[in-house]
Amino acid sequence: MNQITPASIGLSREDLPNSYIGRSVPRPNAPKLVQGRATYTDDVVLPRMLHTAFLRSPCAHARIGAIETAAAMAVPGVVRVFTGADIAKVCDPWVATLDHLKGMKSAPQYPLPLHRATWQGEPIVAVLAETRAAAEDGVAALAVTFEPLPAQTDMESALAPGAVVIHPELGDNLVFTRTAETGDVAAAFAAAHKVVEARFVTGRHTGVTLEPRSIIADYNRADGTLTVHHSTQAPHMMQGVFAKQLRMAEGDVRVICKDVGGSFGIKVHVYPDEVAVAAMARIMGRPVKFIADRFEAFASDIHARDHRIHGRLAVDAEGRVLAFDVDDLTGIGPYSVYPRTSAIEGNQVVNLCGGPYDFRNYRCTTTVVLQNKAPTCQYRAVGHPIATAVTEGLMDLAAEALGMDPIEIRRRNLIRDDAYPYTSPAGMRFEGLSHHASLDKLLQMVPVARIRADQAEARSRGVYRGLGIAAFIELTNPSPFMYGIGGARISAQDGCTVRMDPDGSIVASSGVTEQGQGTEAILAQIVAHGVGVAVERVKIITGDTQTTPYGGGTWACRGAGIGGEAALQSAIALKQQLLDVAGAMLQAAPDSLDIVLGRIVDKAGGAERMTLHELGRIVYFRGDTLPRELQRELVQTRHFITKEYPFAFTNGIQASWVEVDPATGMVKLLEHWCVEDCGRIVNPMLVDEQVRGGIVQGIGGALYEHCIYDAQGNLLTTTLADYLVPMSAEMPEMHVGHVETPTRESLLGAKGAGEAGTAGAPGAIMNAINDALRPLGARVHEQPFTPERILRALGTIA
Amino acid sequence: MKWPAMTYHRATSLADVWAAFAAHGPSVTILAGGQTLLATLAFRLSEPGMLLDITRIPELRGITLQGQVLRIGALTRHVELGRDLLVRQHAPLLAQAVPHIAHPAIRNRGTIGGSLAYADPAAELPACAVALDAVVVAASTAGERRIPASAFFTDLLQNALAPGEIIVAVEIPIQPSLAAIDEVARRSGDYAMAGLAAAMRVHDGRVVAPRLVYFGVGRGPVLAGAACRALEGRPLTAESIAAAQAALTTDLDPPQDLHGPSEMKRHLARVLTARVLNAWLRPTEMAA
Repeated sequence: MNQITPASIGLSREDLPNSYIGRSVPRPNAPKLVQGRATYTDDVVLPRMLHTAFLRSPCAHARIGAIETAAAMAVPGVVRVFTGADIAKVCDPWVATLDHLKGMKSAPQYPLPLHRATWQGEPIVAVLAETRAAAEDGVAALAVTFEPLPAQTDMESALAPGAVVIHPELGDNLVFTRTAETGDVAAAFAAAHKVVEARFVTGRHTGVTLEPRSIIADYNRADGTLTVHHSTQAPHMMQGVFAKQLRMAEGDVRVICKDVGGSFGIKVHVYPDEVAVAAMARIMGRPVKFIADRFEAFASDIHARDHRIHGRLAVDAEGRVLAFDVDDLTGIGPYSVYPRTSAIEGNQVVNLCGGPYDFRNYRCTTTVVLQNKAPTCQYRAVGHPIATAVTEGLMDLAAEALGMDPIEIRRRNLIRDDAYPYTSPAGMRFEGLSHHASLDKLLQMVPVARIRADQAEARSRGVYRGLGIAAFIELTNPSPFMYGIGGARISAQDGCTVRMDPDGSIVASSGVTEQGQGTEAILAQIVAHGVGVAVERVKIITGDTQTTPYGGGTWACRGAGIGGEAALQSAIALKQQLLDVAGAMLQAAPDSLDIVLGRIVDKAGGAERMTLHELGRIVYFRGDTLPRELQRELVQTRHFITKEYPFAFTNGIQASWVEVDPATGMVKLLEHWCVEDCGRIVNPMLVDEQVRGGIVQGIGGALYEHCIYDAQGNLLTTTLADYLVPMSAEMPEMHVGHVETPTRESLLGAKGAGEAGTAGAPGAIMNAINDALRPLGARVHEQPFTPERILRALGTIA
Repeated sequence: MKWPAMTYHRATSLADVWAAFAAHGPSVTILAGGQTLLATLAFRLSEPGMLLDITRIPELRGITLQGQVLRIGALTRHVELGRDLLVRQHAPLLAQAVPHIAHPAIRNRGTIGGSLAYADPAAELPACAVALDAVVVAASTAGERRIPASAFFTDLLQNALAPGEIIVAVEIPIQPSLAAIDEVARRSGDYAMAGLAAAMRVHDGRVVAPRLVYFGVGRGPVLAGAACRALEGRPLTAESIAAAQAALTTDLDPPQDLHGPSEMKRHLARVLTARVLNAWLRPTEMAA
């Protein structure tokens, strides 16, 4: 980092003029987004472009019979109709398994299925037309015979005798199962002072990005290249996918993603309709655009969190955790989703249950099964909110059984702050966490005594309020242990190229991507800090496989920790080269110089020697005046990958204060707190907003969001009137606090911050609701906590 | 989805409307605030041949006091209803209902005529119209026809308008009364899981002409006859309120929906009955 350290001159790091790491710098791309000057995929219009619309399966499970296309072809504007067989001529199917998930199986998936539809909403036939409206008219004119088959919608019976085996060639509906077991669980339960147990359900929900899934694929016959404009989180991964499935060289495929209007994990997967678009472009030699509408989003974006969990917890008389025993079951739809697979969420539940606590005996099984519903896959905070709700729900039950304060039982069991490095019973390795410091910080923020007094007073008036706590860990900065070792071409490494142009301005291109969360803002801060220029002088390029270093994109909270470190290293390397060049020009030792706000200065005394603008002029236009051997590329690239730990775990703790109306079952969120430790904070305002946004999505899962299917597999929640997203009027005041435990794996020390809010909020809210309901003898453990479920728990309705 | 192809015509007078009906017949769909219709077009749930925009017809606007009747033009936007002084004075129930209707953007465009014509069983204004014993004024080439609100909502999303008729106004009889609306909705602005628009008078300490109208619990606004009879002529007390709640077993048979079963909706209707009526215990005692 800068040679002048804040400590060396008696300043905080915020005091240095170009010390941007740790400062709430306004986001350079915010005005563009709020002024409507962003370029989303749908804003891209190419010559000769066609539009597509899909006929989607009306049935959860059906044999596809005759496909009559003549009437559709007669619709004005319709250019061509594609069936599964047409697409399969140029595009291979995929199978989404990972080698390190032992025994995992799934069936080959085609862009458009050849013989059977396996979920309602699956794309079956595509119509290409001059406009989207004409394509929809064409879809309406298609006559496709669907012969309904029995549907397997219930995950509980998916492995039972008599279940509909969705892919007969697999033998059964079991995708994956894994049990982690350490210690002697049976003995621990036998010796326990108290054993508590509960059945938890997390509701199937989805990401609801403001910008729907969007893609334009353009195959150019002249040079044999495919250019894809794509609303995605992982352009390099998609480059590889399109190349492989379409039998092209990876280098002949370019994926460009300009502005992306939200992703939350939804846009890091391979969707059959999007691959079909690429295949159609390949066949037609014309650009083809597909923009999902909201109906299609609900029926075909990945869903997540469809789990049923039985959990048991054994504690001793002092409230020490003796053992967790957890059985998780999840239904993932008819196919595991390529290439990350749909077994990761269940696997995360196994990795994360009991995560904040110090205990010895652990057993957790996940069972991942097929069903005829939309496929599920990774969505913000994959598995974390499930594991946190189970863990923290059981901790509260144990506290109640012991007559112990919920805060006290946590204090007795949270892993000590001096216990690191620490390996959890599930085998997770923690470099350094701060559970107790975070709890202490939370208790500084939450007025517990006042809340308890208010709670007692309110109860005397028949008003039921509750306080709930949830500690959590979060997996960030993933190494190849997440996907790479399983054979997936998903990069855990990321790179950044930083260059200086003649006028002294800096351009950095990075393999991580921006979906509205501010990645480009922190990259600009880090590069400005590392080189020594004003942040306004830094421009960031992301989202283009042809112009950015190869990288993984944005997922699992890696933008700051991985992409940020690559940016910092490349910026420092560029600075060093600039100082070397300046030293040659000024006949000074490079290490006697520094760069501050775009000026070469004497490190001692700070006197200005020359501007970067002048340095650039000489390098680019009067190179003849420089020593012959002097390296003067003024462009540096560095890549970063974590090496010591498979993941950089973060931690945090949340508290929720709610009021439950026992007459109506309505929950009112009064206040919410979150303390999290994401290591080095690059931009405090962005981190706070990430945490708040994450909490809001956690609230969505806890109270509102639910993809509801009927028993036949019909999706009932296909509009925003039926699928309830959290809205501002219901959101509580949210307070965010931080503890900073930087990772020692990188100079920057940043870990991920994007999923902490979502990880902890549902568990905290559940515990708050149950705290409110306790005098009434009711409890809820099934999300979302709807009025219906609360009224049932109260015995008001049967 | 994209809208189906259709013709759009803007009428500037009722004569334009009658001419369009004569020329295009049943393929004409009236466009007022568009807050329901335009969404159904985007889902391709309706495919009208012609959208006839009536928002520029001056006769359909305005709120006036005409003797003992408050006449509200069909094009009155929800936001106007909420802030109009005549409405606040003579039909405060309608003003009270407005904040419950969806969100500000929708209230800025949606109209009272459109809400009544669409006859959504979960909508606030149809229930208020029935509670206030309003009269829907329909017009056609044959002239005006007055339909009591209690006879206007014939079934799920169905109304008593004849082909060739449009709503031109709603007339509210003004009389001193107690009136209130309350509902239970998952989020602010959502369709109610259950709602109640209630109106009544108190004379000599006894309830006169109670009208308890529930919404979100049937195929239209439901005037709860048994519950009203349980109150009529009796003092408003905990006992009579409990009797009205109990009578809802007879009055309401709510269809289950995504929010819960029939039993839950009837329960919520009882909760709302107590909340609305309990608030009047004191005024009635004072009147007595």
